[in-house]
Amino acid sequence: MQLARVTGDVVATVKDAALVGHKLLVLQPLLPDHTPVGRVVIALDAVGAGVGEHVFFVRGREASFPFLPAEPPADACVIGIVDRWDLD
Amino acid sequence: MQIGRVIGTVVATQKHRKLDAAKLLLVQPLGLDHAARGTPLLTIDSVGAGIGERVLIVLEGRAAGAALRRSAAPVDAAIVGIIDAVELHG
Repeated sequence: MQLARVTGDVVATVKDAALVGHKLLVLQPLLPDHTPVGRVVIALDAVGAGVGEHVFFVRGREASFPFLPAEPPADACVIGIVDRWDLD
Repeated sequence: MQIGRVIGTVVATQKHRKLDAAKLLLVQPLGLDHAARGTPLLTIDSVGAGIGERVLIVLEGRAAGAALRRSAAPVDAAIVGIIDAVELHG
C-alpha cells in the first residue's frame, strides 16, 4: 500500500457498468516525508474519502476486493483515511 | 519476498472493515547491502515488528491477505518476519 493525498475526483458518465455508483478519486502518492512521488493515480473509494484528505490505497487485483461479490474493473482503491503517521 | 526496515507507524481510524485492528507500518525496502531501494511502502504487520527492525515483507495480495488471516482482504504488502541475520555464502 502507499500513502497519498486526495487531490480531486473524476466524473465519468459513460463507464463500465460495474463502475456505476463508484466514486473515482484523483490521488497524488506521497513519500512519508510528504513529498509527492510518482504519477497521479485514479482510484476507487471504499471508505468515503474526500478531497484534501490523506489516505492509503492498495494497487492491483486487490483493489476490487472491497466490493465483493462485485468486481469493478479497477487497479487502485482507497482503503483507509490516515489520521496521522509518525516517522522514526 | 524482500527485506526492509520499519521506519514509521500509521494511524487510520477509518479504514475498510477487512483491515479492522490491523497494525500499519511504513517500511523502507533495502538491498542486501542495507542501502535503501525504492520508495517506502505501507504494510500490514502480522508479527509484532517495531520501528528500526529489519523485516521480511511479501509484496503480493494473496500472501499479504493470508498474513492478515483474512480472505479477500484489500492489501498488497505485509510483514511476515523479523530478520535476525542474513548470511551470504559465495
